[in-house]
Amino acid sequence: MAHTPPAPTARAPRPTRRPLFTSIAFGALVVVLCFLTIPIVAVFANTAPGQLVDALGQEDARQALWLSLRTSLMALALIVVFGTPAAYLLATRSFRGRSAVLTLIELPLVMPPAVAGIALLASFGPNGILGGVVSGAGIQLVLETAGVVVALTFVAAPFYIRQAVAAFAALDRSWLEAPRTLGAGPGRTFLAVAIPSARHGLTAGFALAWGRALGEFGATLMFAGSFPGITQTAPLEIFARFNTDFTAALALSAVLIAASGAILLSVKLVGGDAAVGGQESLR
Amino acid sequence: MSAASSLETPLTAYAKSIDGTVRQQFAGSDQLTAQIRNGTKPDVFASADVRYPQQLFEAGLVEKPVVFAGNRLVIAVPKGSKINFLTDLEEPGVKIVTGDESVPVGIYTAQFLAGLPQAQSAAITANVRSREPEVSSVVGKLTQGAADAGFVYQTDVDAAGGLLTAIPIPDDMQPRIVYSAAVVKGSENPGGAADYIDGLVNGPGATALRTAGFIIPL
Repeated sequence: MAHTPPAPTARAPRPTRRPLFTSIAFGALVVVLCFLTIPIVAVFANTAPGQLVDALGQEDARQALWLSLRTSLMALALIVVFGTPAAYLLATRSFRGRSAVLTLIELPLVMPPAVAGIALLASFGPNGILGGVVSGAGIQLVLETAGVVVALTFVAAPFYIRQAVAAFAALDRSWLEAPRTLGAGPGRTFLAVAIPSARHGLTAGFALAWGRALGEFGATLMFAGSFPGITQTAPLEIFARFNTDFTAALALSAVLIAASGAILLSVKLVGGDAAVGGQESLR
Repeated sequence: MSAASSLETPLTAYAKSIDGTVRQQFAGSDQLTAQIRNGTKPDVFASADVRYPQQLFEAGLVEKPVVFAGNRLVIAVPKGSKINFLTDLEEPGVKIVTGDESVPVGIYTAQFLAGLPQAQSAAITANVRSREPEVSSVVGKLTQGAADAGFVYQTDVDAAGGLLTAIPIPDDMQPRIVYSAAVVKGSENPGGAADYIDGLVNGPGATALRTAGFIIPL
């Protein structure tokens, strides 16, 4: 494996180098850890437990969290149903333009959310290139809950698909060929062998995509708007409160952080430790 | 320089007339107020109302605010829209976007709606499909055809390059829309900040505001 660092040998020629590097790496880890956790600690440090309970007790907040949960799960369902077979194909076949396809799929990862919002309006909005098709089919997206699902799906899908491609690609090819020799069709192999074997990578991708969907703000606001109970997800509600009631915004942020943390943790427990940041995700 | 979204066109023009560079940030006045409360220190804060700068002044965070412009609330519709009158907004199915009530344009809209007969106000409110965090995103929804009508400032329609049409709101129903600006306490360049505000009240800034359709003097 290319990524494995060379194992230290008993007769290391320059023994002084390693402790120096180790302490530099340790220092870097401390910096990384502090930088990433201090803002999270600050949210909780500034929120009294009573405020957390109050925040959850408010109708607006509950409505926003419930909407976030519903829309993100609907987006995830679409992503898994379409993304899993697509990722399997990309991982197991080689064809001309495969890396171009992968790059296109990954593009929303690096797209600013506001750009994603504009792009969605330009494609599926009433004046967009497919706007006529969408409204002709009797589908309302803009300013509707369905629009939130579209925005979440667009920004979160690459997180899952990318991870799923890596997970399928890491499978031993002979495992996938063995059932075929025993007469199982490709569909059966996909469902009965490939998916269970790649489950750690798939759950890791699921968790990342879910987290991204829960946090989505810019594309949702631009494409779907902001209305309580219809399109105002938890991040939009937090933004609206930031301007008027910073304490309530902090409290709702704490709830969202706790929810996202719980997602990561439960996926780790369900999928085994390898699921999040595990082996398959490194390959 | 932190300024209300609705000031983007004139203040960008004003900045070009000033020697040296002016760093500007445009967002909802309420958001900029929250930033200043949380320790952000622009040199100047220009708000689409008098309430937010006054609150910051009372909190000891900015110097005394100065009124520098006025504006009018209008009903904006995409060009070629079938909506021509206020009463058209009551029809079921008309999609209306407004500013959130935390942002000045949303407060002015709420004031205007509160002044209408109760049934009319309720019918219009029932058609509101999105409450946007700043006036520029109301404009965006309208120019993209995502909504049928919205409440914005006259100057936003003027700046939309012909994409929007304004349905005027009569004088006696107009909310009082007044912009004010203040030097932020602890500014690193208080002299420059004061000069900037002077230019807004009476100078190239005022000219740029008038060109963009703002009401000057009050």
